[in-house]
Amino acid sequence: MTERAPGFATLAIHAGAQPDPTTGARATPIYQTTSFVFNDADHAASLFGLQAFGNIYTRIGNPTNAVLEERVAALEGGTAALAVASGHAAQVVALQQLLSPGDEFIAARKLYGGSINQFTHSFKSFGWNVVWADTDDVASFEAAVSPRTKAIFIESIANPGGTITDIEAVAQVARKAGVPLIVDNTLASPYLIRPIDHGADIVLHSLTKFLGGHGNSIGGIIVDAGTFDWAGSGDKYPMLTQPRPEYHGIRLHETFGNFAFAIACRVLGLRDLGPALSPFNAFLILTGIETLPLRVQKHSDNAKAVAEYLSRHPAVAAVNYAGLPEDKYHALARKYSPKGAGAVFTFSLKGGYDAGVKLVSNLKLFSHLANVGDTRSLVIHPASTTHSQLDDASKIKAGAGPDIVRISVGIEDKEDLIADLEQALSA
Amino acid sequence: MNHDTYPDDYIRGILNGVKVIAMVGASPSEIRPSFFAFKYLVQRGYDMIPVNPGHVGKSLMGRPFVASLADIGRPLDMVDIFRSSQHIMPVVDEALKLSPLPKVIWMQLGARDDAAAEKAEAAGMKVVMNRCPKIEYGRLSSEISWMGVNSRTISAKRAPIPTQGMRLSLNRTSVGGGTTAAADRAAKDRSDPT
Repeated sequence: MTERAPGFATLAIHAGAQPDPTTGARATPIYQTTSFVFNDADHAASLFGLQAFGNIYTRIGNPTNAVLEERVAALEGGTAALAVASGHAAQVVALQQLLSPGDEFIAARKLYGGSINQFTHSFKSFGWNVVWADTDDVASFEAAVSPRTKAIFIESIANPGGTITDIEAVAQVARKAGVPLIVDNTLASPYLIRPIDHGADIVLHSLTKFLGGHGNSIGGIIVDAGTFDWAGSGDKYPMLTQPRPEYHGIRLHETFGNFAFAIACRVLGLRDLGPALSPFNAFLILTGIETLPLRVQKHSDNAKAVAEYLSRHPAVAAVNYAGLPEDKYHALARKYSPKGAGAVFTFSLKGGYDAGVKLVSNLKLFSHLANVGDTRSLVIHPASTTHSQLDDASKIKAGAGPDIVRISVGIEDKEDLIADLEQALSA
Repeated sequence: MNHDTYPDDYIRGILNGVKVIAMVGASPSEIRPSFFAFKYLVQRGYDMIPVNPGHVGKSLMGRPFVASLADIGRPLDMVDIFRSSQHIMPVVDEALKLSPLPKVIWMQLGARDDAAAEKAEAAGMKVVMNRCPKIEYGRLSSEISWMGVNSRTISAKRAPIPTQGMRLSLNRTSVGGGTTAAADRAAKDRSDPT
């Protein structure tokens, strides 16, 4: 008898969650507690020594968070995951397992502006050096590889929007270089793109965006694909392969096999750096994930309708949306994201910077704020906000030039969104 | 048997069916993976026998070490080999001399010897390579979910609260067609370098 594989929507509701053994509660309970009692001294020692499965302290793990972790790991097709306090925390914790001071990682230049800041400035104080590559030019990733390279970092759909990365091509470079490929999959969500299927070794999310989906909780997650060969990497990744003095000499990769990276993130990264996710946030994000397939399809369909409308509007100079057939990323979108090209994209107005500012202030239904992936439609002018700390040349390279407006299309009625844009553009 | 990926039903059948397990290479050192696995399998009700010639005279969780499989003197269901790949074949040869034959040869995470597997299968034994029985038991029972690990199973049934020494149900619905494909790309990449 062949077993039947549950589909994506079934996993979005069931993966990781089962009726509570104690009470029978069907919704995942919020385990709002700092700590968990031990059965006896041996049980406590087993848990601290990583010998037993179980809970110690919510900074290291929590049953509500564990449901969220397994849920996202299942949706992404990974072996394990670790939820943390934010998408930024996910980046710090993931890279801390891979980089020592003086090491390098290669990152695509088109990224969320906050990530560009974190990589350029904050990581410098850890001695982690980012080397930039051109998202659209695979050869530039290859050229950036050095003996100190420890990882390659890309976004599947790049913020502020419109760009689809050729994940398989970059994965080839990573594999040849013997380093893991990290893909931030925030803007696609696993409903549109599953980067592990295309060669990613580690997938990151800001849970704040489409996974949570309702604009109510900050969170981040690290998914271990279980694909990277730590054992074959020599001493390149000592956090994974060397005896860990924190745990009496355990070698994580030989003890935990194909989910050793997620364990390293938990027991070395989260335990010691501390960015734990609140169980209440985990609960809200889990509730959001249950409707992920419905929401993201509607987001994408609405975004396509709005992009088509804007592309025909006389005041609009250009629309950067991979869902449009004439877009330069359309072929990549059809390959990697056939159900839709996501809901976040940019466009520019013929009236330039001033027209962009005016549009944002005239809109009545779109909220002017610095987030994406909310049920509500959102608008922002990246050059003066999310990407404001970059210099002008870097803004343009990041796809956030002064004339660019970014929108995150919500799941309202698309006719209302188009009517709002119409009145704002003609005001 | 395809040893790159195992259907969950295959692993489930083995873990539900065996009772007496000899662990070759069991270590009394509390940081060794073999110690983790030995202790867990004892707590889940398996009849565990530690095999390690270097520790004869000592015991592991109250079970005395023996020097070799031949010294056990009672029928075994499974031989769990905690040795690196190059040391697998002599253990399999030793297992093949036992009467009755053990039903299962299990090689630990990181260990794989296809020739030894073929020999054991030709003799009618089931073989698992490059897996950990603790991880697989934890996964199929979903107990491993406490660590954010993808059990690749789902269930809408209320499970009992796990207590020490309790056997857990391994019969949850498997995700991914019952194979462990996603987990096995690394192993395949290693055996098929491009």
